[in-house]
Amino acid sequence: MKQASLIISFFLLCLTLQAQQKDTAHTLQTITIFSARPGAITPVQTLSGKALQKMNSLSVADAARFFSGVQIKDYGGVGGLKTLNVHSMGTNQLGVFYDGIQLSNAQNGTVDLGRFSLDNIEQIDLYNAQKGTIFQPAKGFASAASIYLQSKKPVFQGAETFHGKASFKTGSFGLINPAIRIEQQLRHNISAVVSSEWTHADGQYKFRYRYNDYDTTAVRKNGDIDAWRIETGIYGTGKDSSNWHIQGYYYNSARGLPGPVVKGHFENGQRQWDRNAFIQGGYNKNFGKYSLQLNGKYMLDYVRYLDTSIVTTTGPLINRFRQHEYYVSAAGQYHLKSWWDIALSTDLQVNQMTAVNLDHFPVPTRVTTLVAGATQLHFNRINIQGSLLASIINESTKRYTSGGNRRAYTPAVIASWQPFSNPALSIRTFYKEIFRMPTFNDLYYTTTGNPTLKPEYSRQYDIGVSYTKTSAGWWQYFAIQADMYYSRVTDKIVAVPGKLFRWQMQNIGLVNIYGVDAGIQTSPRLFKEIGTNFSLKYTYQKATDNNDQQIVYVPLHSGSFTTNLSWKAWDLNYSFVYVGARYYGSVNIPEYYITAWYTHDLSLSWHISNIRLTGEINNVFNQYYDVIYNYPMPGRYYRMTASINF
Amino acid sequence: MRNWIFILLVLSACRKSGTGSSSSEATHVTDDTHQTSFYLLNEGNMGLNQTSLDEFIGLKGDYRLNIYGETNPTIVKEMGDVGNDMKIYGNKLYAVINGSDRVEVMDKYTAKHLGEISVRSCRYISFYNGKAYITSFAAASGTTDGAGFVAEADTTTFQVTRTVTVGRQPEEMAIVGNKMYVANSGGYTVANYDRRLSVIDMSAFAVIKTISVAVNLHHVKADGYGNLYVTSRGDYTNIPSKLFIVSTATDAVTDSLDLGVSNLAIQGDSAYIISVQWSNTTGTNTVSYGIVNVKTKSVVSNKFIQNQTITTPYGIAVDPVTRDILVTDVKDYLLPGTLYCFDKTGAKKWSVTTGNIPSVITFIQ
Repeated sequence: MKQASLIISFFLLCLTLQAQQKDTAHTLQTITIFSARPGAITPVQTLSGKALQKMNSLSVADAARFFSGVQIKDYGGVGGLKTLNVHSMGTNQLGVFYDGIQLSNAQNGTVDLGRFSLDNIEQIDLYNAQKGTIFQPAKGFASAASIYLQSKKPVFQGAETFHGKASFKTGSFGLINPAIRIEQQLRHNISAVVSSEWTHADGQYKFRYRYNDYDTTAVRKNGDIDAWRIETGIYGTGKDSSNWHIQGYYYNSARGLPGPVVKGHFENGQRQWDRNAFIQGGYNKNFGKYSLQLNGKYMLDYVRYLDTSIVTTTGPLINRFRQHEYYVSAAGQYHLKSWWDIALSTDLQVNQMTAVNLDHFPVPTRVTTLVAGATQLHFNRINIQGSLLASIINESTKRYTSGGNRRAYTPAVIASWQPFSNPALSIRTFYKEIFRMPTFNDLYYTTTGNPTLKPEYSRQYDIGVSYTKTSAGWWQYFAIQADMYYSRVTDKIVAVPGKLFRWQMQNIGLVNIYGVDAGIQTSPRLFKEIGTNFSLKYTYQKATDNNDQQIVYVPLHSGSFTTNLSWKAWDLNYSFVYVGARYYGSVNIPEYYITAWYTHDLSLSWHISNIRLTGEINNVFNQYYDVIYNYPMPGRYYRMTASINF
Repeated sequence: MRNWIFILLVLSACRKSGTGSSSSEATHVTDDTHQTSFYLLNEGNMGLNQTSLDEFIGLKGDYRLNIYGETNPTIVKEMGDVGNDMKIYGNKLYAVINGSDRVEVMDKYTAKHLGEISVRSCRYISFYNGKAYITSFAAASGTTDGAGFVAEADTTTFQVTRTVTVGRQPEEMAIVGNKMYVANSGGYTVANYDRRLSVIDMSAFAVIKTISVAVNLHHVKADGYGNLYVTSRGDYTNIPSKLFIVSTATDAVTDSLDLGVSNLAIQGDSAYIISVQWSNTTGTNTVSYGIVNVKTKSVVSNKFIQNQTITTPYGIAVDPVTRDILVTDVKDYLLPGTLYCFDKTGAKKWSVTTGNIPSVITFIQ
């Protein structure tokens, strides 16, 4: 009742705000939720920092819910693993890039997007196929889809040489999240940034299961997290139009793994400690018709896993995993003609992994050489890109059997066409072949690994249309995009139980995906002083396996609706996410059916010069649901943020 | 704008969240009304809380799928996660639910919930003198080397009364005379499997000796001649799965037979054996069958079913009356399984779709 009245007052507040609009005259600058790029050659969805600030999102994973064509795998809570599956091709097929350099994890092949807070993110771009540029590291060509996270870079206005931002978030699950960011101009052409945050949450929330004649409510336990992140970057520009940057990143966390909720086990005792550090840098320079880009990275990743319920001869099971990654990349582009560019990029990456207390672990080293040749023809209304990626993987192990060496050549062709002289309408298409290597866990993990695995191949065919119109009148912005695609994943790596309590990774999977992604964004000025934004996204995916069954956790229909109203110093944001009915088992029978879920989130923020206050109510109607079966998601929860720029 | 927000409010208020109910369905599978009724326990995949109970009604020849939820609608989260063993003792049906840390106790005839015995990481159950005995993978109290235990529970109060520490990750046990023989696997430490049978004197409820057999022990079944048939899973790489015979008179390994065993059922003088053997070297499963004559301790056949390919045979039972052979196929462990019924000559009588990972068949006698 108390909560209901809170919701009602929230709405009343928003209505009151609307009622007041006649009294003021205020010019507004429209910020679209999903900024569109007219003429983007590959399908791209962009969430900019300004929009992110208004949305109910803590991490990149929360924000990615609003994209079309994706499924978020969310194990629930602040600390729960959150990964993104684009076009049902599998989370391992997605490349996650941080400031242009891939964040990779050779052990499990996925990046937990829940670990990247939006606090330090300027922009998120999700590309199908690849970023529509030929001048990029070879890694940029090497994933079926890519998400680019762009960190905030220091920007100074006028004579200013120092500024920063401090923020504090708190709310449900015992969340405490202070963050600070400081930018300093070191010299006229060199600036630095330091950003740090601490995230602490007990991770407890109520969940409810109703079935047959029972109705049970319990509290999620062992979902606590304590994480600390610090990163720093130095950015410089040379007199000769060159620019360079170097970044350091450190993340340290301790968390509980709450596990599935099954009878007799509403809580679990597994814990995990992570330490991830990397240093990366890049250099760009133009020599007339020739451009050069150099990138490099070193990463150290350490994971300790404890399972107190498994007692071995040496006590409770503790695994320790350590990974090293070394990466260098050189890319060059040559401007042959005004309408013709060619590019060549070469990447070399070394991944090493060791494990303690893991039986039969072979200690692998993987040397990946990627060479990509690409060309771009751009005419008035037609833009064509073609690339060929050669991937050479040399794998060796200290002990036991190695997964063996692999070599593959995979092409991509991308084209866009503007049929009329008005650039608002554009038609695009792509074909892309790519593969993903089995991860170290797929190949070598004691209880599941299978060194005989082959790489998993995907082929994508896509055709899409986009229409973007901006106007000075009341209808400020209108954009619509739609893509139809067919993708085929062969030799899909799936876990199959091979023997008693041992799962085995095998190349038995085949997935055919027929899909449609569509989105409409519009910003009408319905009232003079109120800026409005609406975004509607829809996804249809028929993703079937060898037996013609819809694959696990992929709904036929899903979508999101987001709207934002700005009036004076106030911003009201409402978002709705819908995920249709799915199956959690690999056969589409009623026993494995999970009903659709949808959530409504509201946030209201107020700002004055350099202070901003935001209040959020998430899952307003307290609807209980599982994204992953038996991993309950929280009901209604709250969050408050205060931030100050100095 | 106002209306629009209120429409959304109304729209969102009408979702039924996560409600539904289990429903059993009966399939007529055979006109033969002489077969013995039985329950079939479906293991279900780990973490999915998918354990389910099916029932075959001999007099009608009907098979009822998934009866537990409908019979016990108030039990939270139904049967639980990963059913591992099931037996009838007295008028009660006991299902050992490994992932739920409990033994579900039901009425023998109706499958109505009567109570539960709480045992962490429980695996197999046996009965002796009115008490239930349950093996557990969990560390026995006061140990740090991974030793498991056998719990003794009262069959009326369902309380654990005593425990005895055995080897590492104990699996099945058999009781012959006054002694219980427990197979220890050591499966949590792959580099150092356990290889012993623990012998428990039932009057003292203490381990009186151990018998070294082979790595990674699993099943122990007693025949009518005072011998135990003990299976080793091998190490999946160098040491193959194998069948050992232990004499309960001398408490020593007397014979071994060169055939892989993943499950077996002894009826009269015949031990029916199914084997699905995984090889880390080839990355494949090898399926084989066999019949061992327990009187002569020799392999008499390497085949007992005709004209039917089973992808992954898993559970086996032999009807005590008709001698029909029941074999479950768990396929890829992800799909619903199939139960096959063959007559004693191996000709297929009928088959039916079961729940996920059909494993243990318990006759209602």
